[in-house]
Amino acid sequence: MITIAKLTIGEAARRRVLWVLVILAALAVGLTSWGVWTLVNSARDSAISDLEIKFAVSQILIFIAFMFGFVLVMTAAFFGSPAIATDLESGVAQALLARPLPRASYLLGRWLGLALVMIVYAIVAGLLAIGAVGLVSGYLPPDPFQPVVFLAGQALVLLSLTVLLSTRLPPIAGGAIAVVAYGLAWMAGVLGKIGAVIGISSLVGVSEVTRFLLPTDALWQGVVYGLEPSFVINAVGDQFVARSSPFFADAPPPALLVAWSVAWIVIVLLLAISQLRRREL
Amino acid sequence: MILMPRLSLDMPAIEVTDLKKRYGPIEALAGLTMTVGRGEVFGFLGPNGAGKTTTVKLLLGLARPTGGSGKVLGAPIGDLATRRKIGYLPELFRYQQWLKAHEVLTLHGELAGLPRARRGPAADEALRIVGLGDRAGDVVGRFSKGMQQRLGLGVALLGDPALIVLDEPTSALDPVGRVDVRGIVRAAADRGAAVFLNSHLLSEVEQVCDRVAIIDHGRVVASGELDDVLGQAETQVRVTGISASDLPAFERFGPPSLDGDILAIRPMDAAKVPDLVATLVSMGAKVHEVRAGRSSLEQRFLALVARDRPPAGTPSAQRLR
Repeated sequence: MITIAKLTIGEAARRRVLWVLVILAALAVGLTSWGVWTLVNSARDSAISDLEIKFAVSQILIFIAFMFGFVLVMTAAFFGSPAIATDLESGVAQALLARPLPRASYLLGRWLGLALVMIVYAIVAGLLAIGAVGLVSGYLPPDPFQPVVFLAGQALVLLSLTVLLSTRLPPIAGGAIAVVAYGLAWMAGVLGKIGAVIGISSLVGVSEVTRFLLPTDALWQGVVYGLEPSFVINAVGDQFVARSSPFFADAPPPALLVAWSVAWIVIVLLLAISQLRRREL
Repeated sequence: MILMPRLSLDMPAIEVTDLKKRYGPIEALAGLTMTVGRGEVFGFLGPNGAGKTTTVKLLLGLARPTGGSGKVLGAPIGDLATRRKIGYLPELFRYQQWLKAHEVLTLHGELAGLPRARRGPAADEALRIVGLGDRAGDVVGRFSKGMQQRLGLGVALLGDPALIVLDEPTSALDPVGRVDVRGIVRAAADRGAAVFLNSHLLSEVEQVCDRVAIIDHGRVVASGELDDVLGQAETQVRVTGISASDLPAFERFGPPSLDGDILAIRPMDAAKVPDLVATLVSMGAKVHEVRAGRSSLEQRFLALVARDRPPAGTPSAQRLR
């Protein structure tokens, strides 16, 4: 497994994927810092209060996290969907699996290599963005680590799903299914929040079933909560519009749901191993 | 922990009995029985779709049989630990295009369980054998197809495996490369390895193999030593001036028969041809032509696999490789 994980990371480095990620992260952090710095300076010139500036920066940070999370999810889909399928289609897997390499080790090695790349990218780029915004605006979220960990978790969920699909489907099909499923899960989360505020239990039910099937939205709640300052949570109170927003969370995801997300990844990987074991090469 | 398989020299490298494989309604292998000994080069022949590659995949555990049983190097087919001692060149040879040739070999050395200190020298040796010694640092993606097949052959030879399975090993090679492969295969067999050569290049098989099996429609239609499969040597003489009553005079050369002006003696040692001609001349017969030898593998192959083949242009049954 470790041999295949090292091979996978080596492939990402040799194929310049790592460099592309580093350059994209640097660009994103640079542009974000510049934008926030410009905004804060303009606001200060206009005699806007520090509290209002803090509020604005916190909400911009949540929106940046949303965009960054989407990029991570797409990257995970691009990484995961060809991970097994391309090796099977090209014949590379035949030569590898004719060695004393259990199929489980091969699959977990591929997943582990990609997961490490995704985790390092999510945490380093995420913390850099939060740190850079903090530097230029003076605002830091209550716990900068929690949102990046949840962002990485979202990416791992999508990576695991695409690796599972990759054992049976061509890369494009697997990637497309995973991205659409992510979008649907996010939409279900939005509808669930609206349903909770206006008291439509069926919408809440759909959202909870969706969170069970694909727990990305629960993890997104963790990202938002980690970035939301307490004064915003207190100020929002019972306001309908704010509470139904996907960019607001007044509580972290339930611990059970976070545990389920971890279990979900394990179950999906076990399914992937089972699928690959049954596949004839 | 993967344990090393125990090997002994008298144990067959491959031994399968009534091995079967179905893909849905299609019978790819319909009861294959064969034995391949240690240190021999075994040619596995058949037309496209006969079941050759299916057999290879079953032997290596890449596919599961639907019937029958078999052992490879003494262990049940598909056994993980035994794969340490097997080298394999797939028909669809493809290696990580972004790796250097030497890195591909050290990767396979690591996967095969070679000790770390041995991987580098083993990779160097394998590259030297297949003629890529000076391309060790080149990226595989820049290799021609023939060079990639040579690399695949190097992967199969890595670490002196006890069994080398080569699936169409010269399909991308030029004539020089094919000659090289014949030498490499014979050297591996001389070293004690069994070589399972899956091919439809009959001349290649004829030149390098000790034994062959011809497979068609998933069944073995002929197998044995090359001489057995090709049949006995025969001498044919186009001759005038003799009749059937003269045949007893030729019985000392072998069982004779006369069909028109063709005198056929089968079997007959080709070394006796001058004596036969001298006898005919002394009897006053006129000898017009003498042909001595046996059918080529190609003739034998065509005779065996063309018997139940539909005429060209008619729809044939769906076949699998």
